[in-house]
Amino acid sequence: MAMRLSNRIRRRAETVIECVLFLCAAGSVLITAGIIAVLVMETAAFLRDVSIVEFLTGTNWTPLFSDKHFGVLPLVAGTALVSAIAMAIALPAGLLSAIYLSEYAPSRVRRVLKPTLELLAGVPTVVYGYFALLFVTPLLQQWIPSLSGFNALAPGLVMGLMILPLVSSLSEDALHAVPDGLREAAFALGSTRMQTTLRVVVPAAVSGIAASFILGISRAIGETMIVAVAAGQQPRLTANPLVPVETMTAYIVQVSLGDTPAGTLEYRTIFAVGMLLFIMTFTLNVVSNWLRQRFKGMYS
Amino acid sequence: MFGDLLLQTMAILIILLALMALGALLVDVFSDGFGRLSWAFLTSFPSRRASDAGIYPALIGTIFVIGLTALVAVPVGIASAIYLEEYGTGGRWSRLIEINIANLAGVPSIIYGLLGLGLFVRTLGFGRSVMAGSGTLALLVLPVVILSTREALRTVPFTIREASYALGATKWQTVWHQVLPVAMPGILTGLIFALSRAIGETAPLITIGALTYVPFAPDGVWSPFTVLPIQIFNWLSRPQAAFAQNASAGIIVLLLVLLGMNAVAITLRDRYRRFRG
Repeated sequence: MAMRLSNRIRRRAETVIECVLFLCAAGSVLITAGIIAVLVMETAAFLRDVSIVEFLTGTNWTPLFSDKHFGVLPLVAGTALVSAIAMAIALPAGLLSAIYLSEYAPSRVRRVLKPTLELLAGVPTVVYGYFALLFVTPLLQQWIPSLSGFNALAPGLVMGLMILPLVSSLSEDALHAVPDGLREAAFALGSTRMQTTLRVVVPAAVSGIAASFILGISRAIGETMIVAVAAGQQPRLTANPLVPVETMTAYIVQVSLGDTPAGTLEYRTIFAVGMLLFIMTFTLNVVSNWLRQRFKGMYS
Repeated sequence: MFGDLLLQTMAILIILLALMALGALLVDVFSDGFGRLSWAFLTSFPSRRASDAGIYPALIGTIFVIGLTALVAVPVGIASAIYLEEYGTGGRWSRLIEINIANLAGVPSIIYGLLGLGLFVRTLGFGRSVMAGSGTLALLVLPVVILSTREALRTVPFTIREASYALGATKWQTVWHQVLPVAMPGILTGLIFALSRAIGETAPLITIGALTYVPFAPDGVWSPFTVLPIQIFNWLSRPQAAFAQNASAGIIVLLLVLLGMNAVAITLRDRYRRFRG
């Protein structure tokens, strides 16, 4: 009798534990719901005062001035410019180092280089901001005298350095997942290692590599502190990397630092900009995950 | 053959260049900031005079915020990971939760700041307190904790679970007494990695309105606060060179804290491994 009772208690305890664990896991869905709820509510309030057409197509962003304009394009342009510079560094360098680590490096070299490269991803972004503002910009000014103290170039380059390990490590995983049979077949047909790598292995891993590229772009768009420190606070519709610009993320920081009371239109602009940022990065992340799933399915 | 050589040389050059940039960063920070480091720098409050300013409130704030973040994110994160890896595999709900977590891990940190501002600071009325900051960071690191814990649980061989069931253990007994101890080194490493990320986070805390000038140390979870990266950012945004020097010294402290945490992670992991034999 006592035995059966303790069994029943035990079974009930098991059920309770499973429920608690499930609630914890399901809580993560609430985070997403919370993000969307907060962004949608404040953005909706913002769009009652500003037309969505003006917001998305306007070329003037001056919500903090007395003559207010709410065209987000200059912020989008700033984000695109810095991200493009970062990608020009991180994508080719990341892919090349992934190819080297996966196809060429002896395993001893690989075991040392991989974690060392990953150190780059562990440095806090505000430290990278410091590096861009006080080291890279002055260094570049020696060659490019017209470079402003705040500019898109230096933070873009530093951001590329920060994102390189992400691209490299995910691309390497993709290359690594390509079955050795493909390599051996290429060698058997007389290919050199480079021919095998560039014409067989890389094409076979292309969706995995693309997933890492897209995730890198998403990371660049959402990166905040490097640009908040070193890119400036002047929203400007330009492709010139030498002048100060402002990104979407840097704008959110700028307003948060100021004393903008809740409920005002200026305050709501950061949620509207945040919404746009969320939609952009979310779309990229979904595409990246989809590509990675597809790639996983190919060789398993 | 020539192509092979060219490809390897270019790749090695690029990797070396990246590591040299990291080296330049460290050398630059240390040469600028080392002279500013002193006991007084660690124990002083911020000041309008750069030479008197210190990081005491920021250091205490960081400890408060990260401690509370860990208190929330670690148990919830590990519990979620256990559910997804050991219990709810394959179901439609777990599939949805998995996709959701993968996507959350890619949401920019500043968006979490906006969530924290809307949810904790405004709706729940936490104000710009340690509580609001920790809540925000806990949400931010939760996906990281879940993903790394699942990774660690996945390395535990299935035979251990089967042996435990064969001896009549229930599911939870198996998880608690067999799976978790084996996975612990991996879990710990992942946790420390997640918390190191939280320590360096600046943007979400600026967004929820953490102060940039704090002449007092936080004395509880409802107290306003600042953290080390925000203090560094504050000094960086001033034009005077003396403040930039303070920023360098602050960065040295931040990097040493991160280095210390990683050393602890590695030591813990090694001791645990030896202990388990």
